[in-house]
Amino acid sequence: MSDINYELNLTVNGERGSFRVSPRLSLADFLREELHLTGTHVGCEQGACGACTVRYNGDQVRACLMYAVQAEGAEVETIEGITESGELAALQEAFHRNNALQCGFCTPGMLIAAADLLKHNPSPDRDQIRAGISGNYCRCTGYHSIVDAVAETCSGGTKEATQ
Amino acid sequence: MSEKPHLSVLDRPNSYIGRSVPRPNARRLLAGRGQYPSNVSLPRMVHVAFARSPFAHARIVGVDTEAARQAPGVVGVFVGEDIAKICQPWVGTLEHFAGMKSAPQYPLAHNVVRWQGEPVVAVVAQTRALAEDALELLLIDYEELPAVTDPETALDPDTPLIHPELGDNLVFGSKVEAGDIERAFAEADLVVEDEFHFGRHTGVTLEPRVVVADYDPSEERLTAYHGTQTPYQMQDVYARHLGLAEENVRVVVKDIGGAFGIKLHVHGEEMTTCALSMLLKRPVKWSADRLESFVSDIHARDHRVRARLALTKDGRILGYDVDDLTGVGAYSVYPRTSAVEGNQVIKLVGAPYTQQHYRAVLKVVLQNKNVMSQYRAVGHPIAFTVTEALVDKAAAELGLDPMELRARNYVPDDAYPYKSASGFTYEGLSLQRSLEKLKEMIGYPELREEQRGLRDKGVYRGIGIATFVEITAPGPAFYGVGGARISSQDGCSMKLEPSGKVQLAISVNELGQGTETIVAQIAATELGIAMEDIRVVTGDTGATPYGGAAWASRGAAIGGEVTVRAARALRDSILEVAGASLQTSPSELDLRDSLVVSREDGEELISLAEVGRIAYFRSDTLPPGFQPQLSVVRHYSPQGLPFAFTNGVHASYVEVDVDTGLVRLLNHWVVEDCGRVLNPKLVDEQARGGVAQGIGMALFEECLYSADGQLTNGSLADYLVPLSSELPDIEVAHIETPSQYSEIGAKGAGEAGTAASPAAIMNAVNDAIAPLGGRVTAMPMTPERILRSLKRI
Repeated sequence: MSDINYELNLTVNGERGSFRVSPRLSLADFLREELHLTGTHVGCEQGACGACTVRYNGDQVRACLMYAVQAEGAEVETIEGITESGELAALQEAFHRNNALQCGFCTPGMLIAAADLLKHNPSPDRDQIRAGISGNYCRCTGYHSIVDAVAETCSGGTKEATQ
Repeated sequence: MSEKPHLSVLDRPNSYIGRSVPRPNARRLLAGRGQYPSNVSLPRMVHVAFARSPFAHARIVGVDTEAARQAPGVVGVFVGEDIAKICQPWVGTLEHFAGMKSAPQYPLAHNVVRWQGEPVVAVVAQTRALAEDALELLLIDYEELPAVTDPETALDPDTPLIHPELGDNLVFGSKVEAGDIERAFAEADLVVEDEFHFGRHTGVTLEPRVVVADYDPSEERLTAYHGTQTPYQMQDVYARHLGLAEENVRVVVKDIGGAFGIKLHVHGEEMTTCALSMLLKRPVKWSADRLESFVSDIHARDHRVRARLALTKDGRILGYDVDDLTGVGAYSVYPRTSAVEGNQVIKLVGAPYTQQHYRAVLKVVLQNKNVMSQYRAVGHPIAFTVTEALVDKAAAELGLDPMELRARNYVPDDAYPYKSASGFTYEGLSLQRSLEKLKEMIGYPELREEQRGLRDKGVYRGIGIATFVEITAPGPAFYGVGGARISSQDGCSMKLEPSGKVQLAISVNELGQGTETIVAQIAATELGIAMEDIRVVTGDTGATPYGGAAWASRGAAIGGEVTVRAARALRDSILEVAGASLQTSPSELDLRDSLVVSREDGEELISLAEVGRIAYFRSDTLPPGFQPQLSVVRHYSPQGLPFAFTNGVHASYVEVDVDTGLVRLLNHWVVEDCGRVLNPKLVDEQARGGVAQGIGMALFEECLYSADGQLTNGSLADYLVPLSSELPDIEVAHIETPSQYSEIGAKGAGEAGTAASPAAIMNAVNDAIAPLGGRVTAMPMTPERILRSLKRI
């Protein structure tokens, strides 16, 4: 184990900060434990489940597969920041209306994945939605209502919410 | 006196009952503001990591902890004996299961390890990472023992004993018999039989098991922020096994990242973590990583069932003869045991049918594998796969349509109450109407037409039907009579705030299934207020009445009914205060739109806020001696029959690629009857999520063990959980046969999706490959198993 800490400068949800972190600290653990951004969830720690999905310089990434030190100079956005900016409001409303979540543990990652899908394909069909969120496990819903919610968002004249 | 009759909660104006109201508490989760136990962090908190057995069966020869103790950040290293000093072991048996036996299980392994992954040593450090670093410095010497992994040979005389003091590897054996099964089979025109295999799988809650234990020695008080679906049960277990006063143990669980039955069992890690907090006198957190989940969360299923079905030539079912062997790992799990699933299998085979003859034999045996116990739809997917696969096989032999063979044998819709061959009494089912509705929903003749047309083109599609009858909302006959301190009743308290709004606290907790929403719907309806004016509190044994919480699909049936009763009591209290203030009889008054109104003509008299103001701040204006009682509590235990049976039928439409063995799910339909539907959307979503877990069982999920008891696929990259791209849309429809034993009339809805979806898919796959001579009777139905059945590999 190394006890040398590295300097880390980054912007998270629009706030710039400087930290000293262990080189083995994952980005997910950094967000959760150092910044207390507990909306980023950890489900498998090997990039399979998608619960830790965040935005890194605008792209969705698995926060469990990155070291915090790799985020030097980066802009990171988590569910907390993206919620407060209002950017996801239409998608979140559609998830709420369609009950597209039960326990909610996958939900922050699922929302970020769905927004990423809509950014690249503003009007996906159901199969494309299913493919677009297939990197995010949900154990509760069977996905049907999530597909409904995403479909409703892209067809319901709410595209500005994802641009 | 008003002549108007008092209205039941179902008849009140502005009712929320039966409406698909969105869940208010989902907004928090959508914003990333969930309060999961894995988010809990407390001052002075330290973290525990466990060294686990690398062997399925071995003697612990020695443990050298010295180097680990010296590692940076380590607070303490604890072996089994250290924890056993303050935590009593447990034995997973129930008294009403005659002859059942299991061995004492310690929080950390005691001298012998009995499954790969069993926790052996606990290392506590300032961070989880430092604790894991120190684990690598432990020196644990094992002497490997032969592993017992195959249930088929578990009872052979030369098989080693997993617990020598038990005398054999049998946990429980049971037999159910009715009629004259030998004669029925001797006289039958047709007998069909099969041997079925159901692999082990597990719940894979997306949030792993977590507990943050906070023991305060100054008050001898333990607070456990524990991801559990049964906080009251855990309050009892922690108190008794750790020697604490029950009232000094508080279990808190606000949000929980999936449960599905996985999070109601006693596991050694949580017990150890609480014991560590007592030893260290500071908060200790344990959060499983995914590998730990795979090797220590209870597993489910693992059955070999041989079964045969006897019929007359005109397609009348005479009876089933069933032999179920199930391997449950190294211990029977505490406190619900590992015998309940098998016990349900042997009582549920053939449950939808009017069979007169029945025999089912169960053997529950030990293995050197992770423990097995109740998971969503306990026993049902096994029982209905066996039941319905044989019905399809018989239909084919008789040249009957599978729909028709079912319709001929269902317990008729007008035959209730009905006593089943295995001894269950059904209050009221709707098997015939459900099948009719399903036929309509799927467009059955057209679907068969499409199937035939495509088959001519070399496309192999199959249609599978599967019926279920489900045990929900059990009363005390389930666990209480067996000596387990697991409550079958629930409690609900309510208080009117001075503002005229309401706080409601209930022992049925929220797992995401929507408990908080449906109880608010019910209370708002009964009290004549808006749902938004009710704040619901769940998941805190220190703040809610005592109850059973969330298991066996009991939230709507039991939690719903207790809410009606508590709301009625509060309503009566409100009307008494209003009557005293208005100098009129409470029986002349009613509640509507947050107002006290005249029952007779609806005249608006005073607001609920005014009632609150008078009661709390101006009781001097009330008659002398009158004391307003605006906090109430009610408890309710299910009445009438031991279980609220529900029913339904699934259909699956699949396409099998006969070259690759891959199954594509095209559609899945469910018609279910869970009694009164309180919130159709939430019931649909329970069905859909349940179907998805059944699909996992049918096609994807299996905990694969090597012959020497090593789990070989303990990661989410290797263990296949169904993904969005693999699942079809799932359509759900309802028939409502309300229970007459409660006012609300709801029965359970949480497990219907899982109960028969695997059976429907097995029947669909076999329907697809039947023209090529294939038949699969083992789950998961992997491409390999399908190709083998087609003799292509």
